[in-house]
Amino acid sequence: MTFPLRGLLLILPLLVVAALLPLGVSGYILGLLTVAYYFAVFSMAWDLLFGFAGEVNFGPTFLIGLGAYGAGILNNRYGIDIPLCLLAGTLLAVVGGLALAVPALKLSGPYFGLVTLVAVLLLQNLIVVFSDLTGGEIGLTVPDVISIDADTNYWIALGFMAVSGLILTAIARSPAGLILQAAGQDPVVAGALGFNVAKHKIAAFAVSAAFSGLAGGLIVFYMGTASVGTLIDTAVGVQIIIAAVLGGRRTIVGGALGAVFLIAAGEILRPLGSLSTFVVSAAALAVILFVPTGLLGLASLRRAS
Amino acid sequence: MIGLQILVDGFAISALYALGAMGFTLIFGVSGVLNLSHGALMVTAAVAAWAASAQYGFGSYAGAAIGVLCGLVGALVTYFAVVAPIERSKAIPRAEKEIFVLTGTLLWGIMIQQLVAYFYTDNPKTVLPLIEGVVELAGVRTPRNELFTALVCWVVIALLWAFVNKARAGKVLLAASMNPRGVTLLGHDMGRIYIAVWAIYGLLAGIAGVLLGMFLGVSSYSVGPLTASAFSIVVLGGLGSVTGSLIAAYVVGYLETATAYLVSPAYRVIPALLLLVAVMYLRPQGFLGRR
Repeated sequence: MTFPLRGLLLILPLLVVAALLPLGVSGYILGLLTVAYYFAVFSMAWDLLFGFAGEVNFGPTFLIGLGAYGAGILNNRYGIDIPLCLLAGTLLAVVGGLALAVPALKLSGPYFGLVTLVAVLLLQNLIVVFSDLTGGEIGLTVPDVISIDADTNYWIALGFMAVSGLILTAIARSPAGLILQAAGQDPVVAGALGFNVAKHKIAAFAVSAAFSGLAGGLIVFYMGTASVGTLIDTAVGVQIIIAAVLGGRRTIVGGALGAVFLIAAGEILRPLGSLSTFVVSAAALAVILFVPTGLLGLASLRRAS
Repeated sequence: MIGLQILVDGFAISALYALGAMGFTLIFGVSGVLNLSHGALMVTAAVAAWAASAQYGFGSYAGAAIGVLCGLVGALVTYFAVVAPIERSKAIPRAEKEIFVLTGTLLWGIMIQQLVAYFYTDNPKTVLPLIEGVVELAGVRTPRNELFTALVCWVVIALLWAFVNKARAGKVLLAASMNPRGVTLLGHDMGRIYIAVWAIYGLLAGIAGVLLGMFLGVSSYSVGPLTASAFSIVVLGGLGSVTGSLIAAYVVGYLETATAYLVSPAYRVIPALLLLVAVMYLRPQGFLGRR
């Protein structure tokens, strides 16, 4: 556990630098970072489940997809205002997440992972089947976007990431977060101490779903489109997982660092073509094998020794 | 007529699913590892067989043998480079090993997938079948290759069954899946048993991959769906239960074939996924699971 105050002192300058970036950086890089910040929220929300509740959710994109398509369809079909669409999308993600979590948490380890994976595959199939509502494989276009100004979009994404990170960290460090962590590491002992393990895990799932769904909705209104390939495909889910593991699990902030790192690495390695994914996956595997605590864990280890 | 068609096609596809899932369940039964690079290993075997026979001019039999060999080597590398280091690592708490093996093998599978796509493009590839031609089977025109696929699958499954239940070395594997400590006390080295199991797994995945390449063709995009289907079948049948996997493979194979013929190919996988979710909720241990 790193100290919250010291952590904040380290992160604050980073945020200030990030907020000032639009003054001196091209629109292309801002666009990349905007997407990276939304991915950061996906990864942080995922870390709350994996790092703290100890549940491998192979289907983060199920929750993201519900939020994104829920918001997108309302706007596309019924022309409802963006804030209401976002709210509805978030609610849909939470409801979907609960429908998935309440029965699935009776299952453990790989079984839970499989059910979440199947949820993604089902959603993917359903979107293609109901293509007149969802746009199918081509994708869904929304008429409204948050803003056409790159700087505004960038600041919204940055602010959203910062606030989400703060709330998620606060939850993770709260007494409830500690119980969650105990439940993730040893559910039997946590239960024997009188804590309601299932209740805490379901709450964690709901929180994770809310942030994933809201971020999914926001990214749709940023890009103006939603498609299976960019938001729901299992490959996207794997990216989110890699980001969280690279950055350091059980840190929340690590997910954000990992997501920005991944998007930057993908851009720098672009000349390698299809090998870039290979290099990134190999790096993530090396982190898992040699530094299982992730990049942030490595930093705090240094400090401790 | 269409009923017979479903019966014949479903039989071959299900046999292939069964063989693909067999090694996956064996590894889990003996060492408790869920290998998420399974699909990648199958694709490696198929693409190696394709490349050997179509690009480098080996015959189709030599090509198939090279494919199976690549499956074997791939599985052993997976064990030594990814699974064994995670299991030996002191930095990873015991309770979290399972999660790390899942994530590690998943990443490993992606690496293999990208390498295959880089060297051999991501176009679909069909391995030259060993047997060509078509036969009439009760009025259904069936490619000989399809019957050959089903036959080989069943022969390999029968051999595996005989090995595990009759041969001395096989009985040790069976015992290891039931009680590892007891097997160690009898003087068997678990490390060597794991290597043997991964080698058998590699052969099974290699054979299944090459047959799949001949029957349906593969591309680097098949990696994810192949892993997911093996994972689903094994969980549906009950993790670690070989008989359960066989039954589940046939249930899934026929459900998919029937949906594709009677409803629409677009809905092919949906009923099987719904069935899986239902079984997870009602009977998490699967058809014949032990826990």
